Amino acid sequence: MARNITLIVNGVKREVEIEDNELLLDVLREKLKVKSVKAACWRGECGACTILLNGEPVKSCIVLAAEADGSEITTVEGLIKDGELSPIQRAFIENGALQCGFCTPAFTLFCHYILSTRPDITEEELREELSGIICRCGTYKQIIRAVMQAKKHYKK
Amino acid sequence: MAHRYIGKRLPQLDSFHKVTGIATFTHDLELPGMLYAKLVTSIYPHAKVSKVDASEALKVPGVVTIATGRDFPYRLGIYVGDRDVLAMDKVNWVGHPVAAVVAETLEAAEKAVDLVEVEYEPLEPVFDPLKALEPDAPLIHPKLGEYRRAPAFTPVPGTNIANRFVLKRGNVEKGFEESNVVIEKEFKLPFVSHAYLETQSTIAQYKMDGTVEVWTSAQSPFAVRYLMALSLGIPVGNITVNVPFVGGGFGGKAGLAWEPLTALLSKKAGYRPVKLELSRKEQFTSGAVRDGVYAKVKAGAKKDGRLMALKGRLIFDAGGYGDYTVNVSRAAGYSFGEVYDLPNVYCESLAVYTNKVPTTAMRGFGHPEAVWAVERTVEMVSSELGVDPLEIRLKNVVKPGVSVTVTGEKLRKDAGNPSDCLDAVAKAINWGGPVRKPGEPWRYIGKGISVFCKGPAQPPNAASSAIIKLNEDGTVDLMVGTGNFGQGTVTSLTQIVAEELGIPVEKVKFKFIRGTDSMAYTWQTVGSRGLYTDGNAVLEALEDVKKQIKEVASQVLRVKPEDLEIRDEKVYLKGRPWESIPLSELVMGYTYPNGNSIGGPIIGRGKYISPLNTYLDPETGQGIPTIFYTYGATGCIVEVDALTGKVRVLKAVQAFDLGKAINPLMVECQIDGGFIMGMSVALFEEITFDERGWVQNPNFSAYWVAHARDIPDEMMEISIENPQSDGPYGARGIGEVVMLGVPPAIANAVYHAIGVNINNMPMHPENIWKEIKKQKPELLEELKRKLMEIRELKVER
Ligand code: FES
Ligand code: FES
Repeated sequence: MARNITLIVNGVKREVEIEDNELLLDVLREKLKVKSVKAACWRGECGACTILLNGEPVKSCIVLAAEADGSEITTVEGLIKDGELSPIQRAFIENGALQCGFCTPAFTLFCHYILSTRPDITEEELREELSGIICRCGTYKQIIRAVMQAKKHYKK
Repeated sequence: MAHRYIGKRLPQLDSFHKVTGIATFTHDLELPGMLYAKLVTSIYPHAKVSKVDASEALKVPGVVTIATGRDFPYRLGIYVGDRDVLAMDKVNWVGHPVAAVVAETLEAAEKAVDLVEVEYEPLEPVFDPLKALEPDAPLIHPKLGEYRRAPAFTPVPGTNIANRFVLKRGNVEKGFEESNVVIEKEFKLPFVSHAYLETQSTIAQYKMDGTVEVWTSAQSPFAVRYLMALSLGIPVGNITVNVPFVGGGFGGKAGLAWEPLTALLSKKAGYRPVKLELSRKEQFTSGAVRDGVYAKVKAGAKKDGRLMALKGRLIFDAGGYGDYTVNVSRAAGYSFGEVYDLPNVYCESLAVYTNKVPTTAMRGFGHPEAVWAVERTVEMVSSELGVDPLEIRLKNVVKPGVSVTVTGEKLRKDAGNPSDCLDAVAKAINWGGPVRKPGEPWRYIGKGISVFCKGPAQPPNAASSAIIKLNEDGTVDLMVGTGNFGQGTVTSLTQIVAEELGIPVEKVKFKFIRGTDSMAYTWQTVGSRGLYTDGNAVLEALEDVKKQIKEVASQVLRVKPEDLEIRDEKVYLKGRPWESIPLSELVMGYTYPNGNSIGGPIIGRGKYISPLNTYLDPETGQGIPTIFYTYGATGCIVEVDALTGKVRVLKAVQAFDLGKAINPLMVECQIDGGFIMGMSVALFEEITFDERGWVQNPNFSAYWVAHARDIPDEMMEISIENPQSDGPYGARGIGEVVMLGVPPAIANAVYHAIGVNINNMPMHPENIWKEIKKQKPELLEELKRKLMEIRELKVER
């Protein structure tokens, strides 16, 4: 059944008609054209479709759009404030924490979430936390370095 | 002279696009009026397609057209044209595309796919490449003799042999006679997936005027254009191929893929653009993966460790088609043991069809397979003789300027030096020194090393070119065809431009959508060739630019062009730094105060082709196969949990003689990324098939690739810089060699940890545990004892 839902995407309120069985990933990518959210497995295994749903990371390919009605959604675009990159984005660039860049929006966003909620995270904990997203180019070491370097900007 | 940009750790020039999400991949692209295609694929590994009935499927609202193999009677392929666009009369594996549905929406296409009725007449399948070699094996490509093929390839019609290559130097049998010890071992490598994150994705529009435009997630736009033209009979100039950002390639997006199908579907659907994007499952079952290999290697050595002879038989399981794998197997053949100075070597390398998923190039191109077998063999020779693994390698590796390679090429003095790599790695892992004590008594720690090399596998005439355009404000457009999918080659090329022209690197611009209409030609982005070949073309184009600038400036300043130098965005008179003209006043032509003008827009062009490469002798494989060799060594310290069979790499070190690290940050990323991929393949990855030929694990839960938690605690990257005189600033390529040595280094370390030889990949817990049981049951007894002791201790307490 079709219905209308409201999503607040990176601070902008958007109304969209969806089917009950539609995935949040598809609504974001195909209907709202938020293409920074990627898909590489369509079944919750690769993490490329990670977004923040009301501030919490989820894999949007395994969330029904209907469940997200009225929610705030943050994607990597939402990290940019007043045209300025966030510290984690800058750290990704400086540390070479990206190669092909396909996993980068998801990783950048997720690392931003980690630092915002756990600015004291240790390297060992971080490795575990990061293990929900795949980087086939193998930039894990550089991602970890970027997070450790950006840490200071997230401490209260 | 100190460099301003060469040797600097600059981030990838497209980093901003990537961290902000504005980098657009083919995955993200939509065109006005675009339709969606979905594949109907075979459920039999080997069968005649007797009937395809699409009548029900065509009734689904939104379906525009449905195509079958008979609609598109073309043969595709890069080295052997053994592929059909859609199965013409026969399917060769489970997943072979039989028909394609085109619809207004993806949902409609998916729905219709389920309604296409295909009737099959099953044929006897063959899954094991050794069985496929038997005289009465079912023939997978009965028309093999009719296929178009490139000159270097020799399919054997009437068999399943897609290519046979022989390398022969000296006399191996004599070498074995002269040896004090001879060993012979077997090795196996499974099919693995490139697992690039962005699945294969293509949009094509066949236009009514006969031109074709393609947007595709591919490595090599020019190869796509050329091979499409060749197989479909369209003039090259009628085709435009655009490549936006690419979410990983690793060789799997080289050559030609789904572009012909998508273009033909567009034509059939009334010239509207059509998008075909593979699901992850389709990527495992219908897209091409890395070959599996069965190898037998025999080696002979003197008491002191001097290798006297090396003999190999490599059987590449090419799967249902092997248009690219024929060259993978050939490259493995001509590079067999090439890091060593071998008086006698023989290798027969075959690519063999089976009824499994098709195969293609992957990072390393046949070398990882051969290096696995050779480096494991050398390790076993070393333990047999009691000669230290480092020593046996140092003793036998080629010496620049002295040694002759396995293909009979006398190595140049500036060829790079594997000994330097070995020494560096040995030092970094404290080779010969003690290992740390493991945390638990059932864990064992060991060190391992390997040595290897690779050069670009390319036809002798593979060319590159570069165009450098100067803009009004003195910014520069760099136009090269080489790919930009994470390796950092283009970033390094912009550093070269900035260095040579004396301008800030930010002023060198590169457009991220690479198109055959807007970029200079390069054959392909493969084989670690980009920096070297396109780099040389860029250097020539820069000379051209400088010459043109100086010509105009010399007229203005009334001096000879030789007396001028270009730096800091100005042209100076040597020795008189106060006399200069800003570049911006010259790049579009110089205008005198009275309005007279000279010069004109400056565009430089450069090219590169190797004058040295040759075809290889068809009988012996002798000749000059490649433009340079990048030597490397891998060292690692691993921990084996003998209770579970789990292997963990604690420390990873890799050293490469890359001549010059133009951008050490990019080099670091390649070395670490290569280690992680090599480790992932070594420890986890294997595409498994059931007895009906179905892939059992076409997803990332069942097919595990390395995650953040799997990486070594410590990773070290070492660049050795013995310059290659004809490389840009002395540089050699690095993109593939970074994963070659990882699996054998890990396996060698496992051997030194627990005394068990692992010769079949992957080294996942079950395999390790089985091998312990087979080769060293006493280890398990010892563990049992240890565990009892611990329990008793606990009980006492
Ligand atoms: S696409 Fe959602 S986790 Fe892979
Ligand atoms: S940068 Fe390519 S997948 Fe992570």
